[in-house]
Amino acid sequence: MSDIKGKAIVLNMNNVSTDQIFPGQYVNLTDPNEIAEHVLEGADKSFKNRIKTGDILVAGNNFGCGSSREQAVITLKEAGFAAVIANSVGRIWYRNAINLGLPVLICEGFVNQVEEGDEIEVNLKEGIAKNSSKGTIAKGNAISDFVLNIFANGGIKPMMKSKILSK
Amino acid sequence: MPMHAIHKILAEKSGKQEVKAGEIVNAKVDIAGINDIYLTVLISYDDMGGGKVWDPEKIVFFFDHNAPSPTIKGASNQKVMSEFAREQGIKKIFKINEGICHSVLSESGLVKPGDIIIITDSHTTTLGAFGAFATGVGSTDLAVIMMTGELWFRVPEVINVKLEGTLKDGVMAKDIALHMLGELGTEFATYKVIEYSDSVVEKLSIDERMVLCNMSVEMGAKSTYIRPNSKTIEYVKSRSHAPFIVHETDPDFIYDKEYIFNLDNLLPQVSIPDSVDNARNIEEVEGISIDQVFIGSCTGGKLTDLEAAANILKGKKIAESVRLVVTPSSKEVLTKAIERGYYQTFLDAGAAITTPGCGACFGGHSGLIAAGEKCATTSNRNFPGRMGSIEAGVYLVSPITAAYTAITGKLNNPQYK
Amino acid sequence: MHAIEKIFAQKANVERVKAGDRVWADVDLTVNVDLYRTVLAEFENLGGTKIKYPERVAFTFSINAPAPTIQSASNEKDMREFAYKHGIHLFDINTGVVQQVLMEAGLVWPGTISIATDSHATILGALGAVGMGVGAVDLAASMIKGNIWFRVPEIIKINIDGELQPGVMAKDVILKVLGELKQDVAIYKAIEYTGSAVRNMSLSSRMVLCNMAVELGAKTSYIQPDEKVIDFLGSRVTRTYEIPTTDPDFKYAEEYSLDVNQLVPQVACPHNVDNVCDLDDVPKKPVNQCLIGTCTGGRLEDLAIAAEILKGRKINAKTRLIVIPASKEIYLKAMELGYLRDLIEAGATVTNPGCGPCLGAHMGVLAPGEVCVTASNRNFSGRMGSPQAELYLASPATVAATAIEGILTNPRGYLKSQQRS
Repeated sequence: MSDIKGKAIVLNMNNVSTDQIFPGQYVNLTDPNEIAEHVLEGADKSFKNRIKTGDILVAGNNFGCGSSREQAVITLKEAGFAAVIANSVGRIWYRNAINLGLPVLICEGFVNQVEEGDEIEVNLKEGIAKNSSKGTIAKGNAISDFVLNIFANGGIKPMMKSKILSK
Repeated sequence: MPMHAIHKILAEKSGKQEVKAGEIVNAKVDIAGINDIYLTVLISYDDMGGGKVWDPEKIVFFFDHNAPSPTIKGASNQKVMSEFAREQGIKKIFKINEGICHSVLSESGLVKPGDIIIITDSHTTTLGAFGAFATGVGSTDLAVIMMTGELWFRVPEVINVKLEGTLKDGVMAKDIALHMLGELGTEFATYKVIEYSDSVVEKLSIDERMVLCNMSVEMGAKSTYIRPNSKTIEYVKSRSHAPFIVHETDPDFIYDKEYIFNLDNLLPQVSIPDSVDNARNIEEVEGISIDQVFIGSCTGGKLTDLEAAANILKGKKIAESVRLVVTPSSKEVLTKAIERGYYQTFLDAGAAITTPGCGACFGGHSGLIAAGEKCATTSNRNFPGRMGSIEAGVYLVSPITAAYTAITGKLNNPQYK
Repeated sequence: MHAIEKIFAQKANVERVKAGDRVWADVDLTVNVDLYRTVLAEFENLGGTKIKYPERVAFTFSINAPAPTIQSASNEKDMREFAYKHGIHLFDINTGVVQQVLMEAGLVWPGTISIATDSHATILGALGAVGMGVGAVDLAASMIKGNIWFRVPEIIKINIDGELQPGVMAKDVILKVLGELKQDVAIYKAIEYTGSAVRNMSLSSRMVLCNMAVELGAKTSYIQPDEKVIDFLGSRVTRTYEIPTTDPDFKYAEEYSLDVNQLVPQVACPHNVDNVCDLDDVPKKPVNQCLIGTCTGGRLEDLAIAAEILKGRKINAKTRLIVIPASKEIYLKAMELGYLRDLIEAGATVTNPGCGPCLGAHMGVLAPGEVCVTASNRNFSGRMGSPQAELYLASPATVAATAIEGILTNPRGYLKSQQRS
């Protein structure tokens, strides 16, 4: 997989739960565009306006803790985020991100080295996050080949589909 | 190599002699459950090619979040799911009159020790109370199971939490869970299994054990485990005739970590806004005024929860400044609560009692809170916006504390004194 | 004069009034429901600071009970604070439907005038009281001044004679009336119900006639109070009251009569309350949702007949049944008498007392393409959710039998009392 580049959107808070990423009152929604409208509304009502396609979300501890709602990944992906870097992440959210092909790098402390708008580069295979604007590099958790393979395929859906089709 | 009971379940279901923490296995699933808010499951299913489901007997729908539906979209989602179930020959649909997935699944005998149970609800960890490997997943994972009957899992490490001592009067399993969150935070068990053991756990009722396992997901846990004892076996056998195996953890199994809590001096706990691990002794927050008390959810709407609250509310009225919403976790709970007079007590006290289901817990309907309001709740999460406005405050408490708080309109629980 | 005219005359402090007069009349009870936070804004717009008679004003929270959205929670919060501040009656989310709760609380008695931001206020005619639906401005004005202006209505008499067959209820009678006279027959007018069938009806059944008078266009309704009314008011109303009577030589604007001896169960088909047929003539479609409840069909006798029909039976697997007692008092009695248990065991979803999905707010909103048979009062397109859903109005007995079969079903064969004979 090639490096992912984008501008940083910083959310330096801990335990940003799925309730904030995608509030409970919207969980019945299924249309990806509608889901994207409410991105991170529980943290900041106008969050949507901060995002441009290709941006990278840089977050704190336990990002995505809480519910299993997959919309908490869909909303970030559809709102335009190319990747998420966080100190740590909630387990189910992480699994959902893998399945839907939203690249996630767990990189302790990176959020403290970044300002909104900084140019960020992510190398998933090496587990490295670069802040080109500040000239800093941080080493995060390496990602297993199993998971890298899913990211490389754009998520589990295309993989399932091709397996079914090749039967 | 010594294995934990959970590892033995994963080994058996993935056709292996042994598994160890960290490896990835493909395991067969016994029950795959879909909640009514996740029509995204069927969308993922279609995206991946759809077709006939792997086994209609093992797929279950739960209409518990929109029970009954508060919106047209919610009603449509249930309609589409009903039609899908009919086409696919899926007969196990727990409809809007039944209750919350974890309660109705265990009550109907579909949870047994040694099972792998996967539901699109994060609080599926609850079912570890029966010695099952149970966890919540997102829609796409669930769709994969529907197609193949299997799912990949990273074999988790196991943490042993020993709960010793004797609980004070007025202290419940919920207080233990909140105390653990306060001490250990929201991440100490991420990707791991929490096993609860020792004398306190042995004594706890099934309902109370479910509270510990339920709240474990707030500690990051993937799953939980309580070794089935005679109470568990009796409960399961009274509801299911299907055979099951109780796997035993090897005596020389090495836990990832071990924590020992002596609970002799544990006071009632309150997790204050806006995080589940902001736990405080009741004394530190006593007197904070509350606008709504919610007794309900998969965490705090079971029979023992309603019983604990009704014992305190009997013959009392709630404070004029407060409203009390009671949402039983299931039809069985509701029927028993009527039989035992708890409903009479709640209504006489001034409660509004809603249909069994998830209700206000996730901010869906049936008791949302406005900006500036404070809610004391027996449910499980207090993140901003969880139960309504992001400018509202949610305080997590036990059913006993909730009942006392409803009477005075202020956080309190004098029972331990 | 008619009893209704005498009420207006007395409250306007004049000797006589006649139809068409405009009078300023004192309001005995001014009621706002939780949908209309706008009343607080109008109160301010009109320069309101104090409520003239706080003991004559009530707020009731029965629609968003408990709140299904942040907005409704926020509206209730503002209204609650207003109620505490001004010392008015507050019937919170734990009480039940507007008029039912007010009647049970003893705030309505014969000869009074009530206004409410609730069109079904016409139900108060069953107690010999004048109840009228109004908008937010009228309501706010009444809170400030204690009176508003009214046009004294012409009065239509509907005489209903005969004996109802088993399984035929007041709801069938009023649907028949709607089918015959149509929904504009009584616009701006009042309806008085008379006749042997009305006299023999329980008070709860009379409430159904008066409740749905608004569907005939009526401003208000009236049934001459008798012992049944006095019994009901019994310990609820401790003050003395006079029961107004109509002068024998009073001339009604119009008179209609109906014989109900041969009446069979009626159904109002989509999408109009007066699109009424005999139940047996309606094509049988699969029914997705059945609703027994609300201010029209959620009183104790409604739950009793539903329980009688459903006891020991199960609802159809493709149908859901929602039951909404009209008030906490009814809920408690239905629980005590075992009705709730029977209904729940049959598969019903019993919600807390209130309006529920009747007006599409929550607790059983319909999806496009769904069919609902309901004991509530309106079946206009979109009333209970999707405009592509179909609503059929019927009696609680018909709804209960329909829940068992999953298609519109005549309750006749399902009544246990019937089977015995």
